[in-house]
Amino acid sequence: MDPGIYREQIIDLYEHPLNYGELEHPDFSYEEDNPLCGDVIRIDVCLDEDNRVAEVAWRGDGCAISQAAASLLTEEIKGLTLGELKAFKNERLLELVGVPLSMARVKCALLSLKVLKAGAYGIPSPENMRSHD
Amino acid sequence: MYDVSRIRDDFPILEVEVYPGVPLIYLDSAASSQKPVVVIQAMDDYYRQNNANVHRGVHRLSDLATHAYENARQKIAGFIHAPDPAELIFVGNATEGFNLVAYAWGRRHIQHGDEILLTEMEHHANIVPWQMLAEEKGAIIRFLPILPDGTLALDRLSEYLTERTKLFSFTAVSNVLGTINPVNQLIAAAHAVGALAMVDAAQLVPHIPVDIQALDCDFLAFSGHKMLGPTGIGVLYGKRHLLEVMPPFLGGGDMIRRVTFEGFTPNDLPWKFEAGTPKIAEAVGLAAAVDYLDGLGMDAVHAHEQLITNYALESLSEIPGLSLLGPPGAYHGGLASFTLDGVHPHDIAEILDKDGIAIRAGHHCAMPLHQRLGINASARASFYVHTTTEEIDKLVTSLHRVRDVFRLG
Repeated sequence: MDPGIYREQIIDLYEHPLNYGELEHPDFSYEEDNPLCGDVIRIDVCLDEDNRVAEVAWRGDGCAISQAAASLLTEEIKGLTLGELKAFKNERLLELVGVPLSMARVKCALLSLKVLKAGAYGIPSPENMRSHD
Repeated sequence: MYDVSRIRDDFPILEVEVYPGVPLIYLDSAASSQKPVVVIQAMDDYYRQNNANVHRGVHRLSDLATHAYENARQKIAGFIHAPDPAELIFVGNATEGFNLVAYAWGRRHIQHGDEILLTEMEHHANIVPWQMLAEEKGAIIRFLPILPDGTLALDRLSEYLTERTKLFSFTAVSNVLGTINPVNQLIAAAHAVGALAMVDAAQLVPHIPVDIQALDCDFLAFSGHKMLGPTGIGVLYGKRHLLEVMPPFLGGGDMIRRVTFEGFTPNDLPWKFEAGTPKIAEAVGLAAAVDYLDGLGMDAVHAHEQLITNYALESLSEIPGLSLLGPPGAYHGGLASFTLDGVHPHDIAEILDKDGIAIRAGHHCAMPLHQRLGINASARASFYVHTTTEEIDKLVTSLHRVRDVFRLG
């Protein structure tokens, strides 16, 4: 049977995510949810002296697509500069996910990239704002 | 005799293949129902033969359109046993009904420190308009809790409903849990402390016979598109003596009796609350839907849904890892919400979609309820006049496939 978007790789990553966890002293960290489906993703990044991604970790809760995409994205960005993170294209992540997605599911796939970019641009995350109250 | 296969013939969309060779199995009527051909035809006929503005022209078509519009109001009033059609305001949907009451009644009658009682199982439409009002007035919103079985904590009603409560607004049937609330008891309890009672009937009127006189509620709102009618129209019922002293909601044409450079005099009920050219074709379509439901008989519709719902709840409960939300095995609205261990509801819906099965996944516009249940999202299959047990069997087969895809076998 045609597995549709649920190819082996997606389910593998859903069951065994890559770079899952958190960093103790991240250079930046951001968290956001997609209130429509309740997906939530947090990404922590440590940069080296050249402003390249030295370490990255993510954690979250959501559908197989958003979770697999977060694994693929965090794997891909290791060694990239802050500038390259900011320029990371949506199309590139969708290519990495590699399965045809409907409009609604594209949002799931891109949640991790949205979180990463917000962090890279230094936008205070909604949760951080709350914790500073 | 309730003949589902004959009823299915009345719904053109049920012949659609959502993917080549994959027929539609529509289990999302609680979000929006499909339309029988008589509804589509009635709106088509209206636009082809009677279309004009209402309450304005002296010409033939305007007269026909006005009759069609006001006859629709009368028919829908009859459907819910409202004695006075002028107590029915045509609005865009149930959501607009709540906003109208919050604005026109609430802004005049809710003061600083007053309490508005809702329940934990409300749809956002019956939360946000009151939050907007409360923010403006400094009023307090309280939520009657739900019990672990998905019913309201009725034994705590007297703790939440006090002389400080000015309005108790609650859903008759939960769009997530399927809980059918004791509406009469809740209305009587509100009245006993001098509060008004407003009923969210969006999941009630399409499914269960309603007698508004027996309910004795002060306001009640429902949407046309959930009861086989078109989108863009809903009904707000309000008791005449309340509507009469309420200021208008939107201003414009049709809602005025007289306008001068100095001011305006509002029109009589119900037009006082229907500013601008109204939803004429939609009213005609909704009247056709009501005719259709009357033809089936609401008792028969309700009995059919109970049969399908019980069958679904029983079948679904046998799937490993599946947890049903809402009152177990009890009298239950025409839907089944659930979670499946190890699979996000969106993934469930996506895999089911490939089998042509349309369900809802997410929070169903009830985020606070999901928070209370401790889950981010749920999946919901909902049923209506055309749902068959064979469709439920296919749902179950497809859910087993979901488990296979996610290697939960």
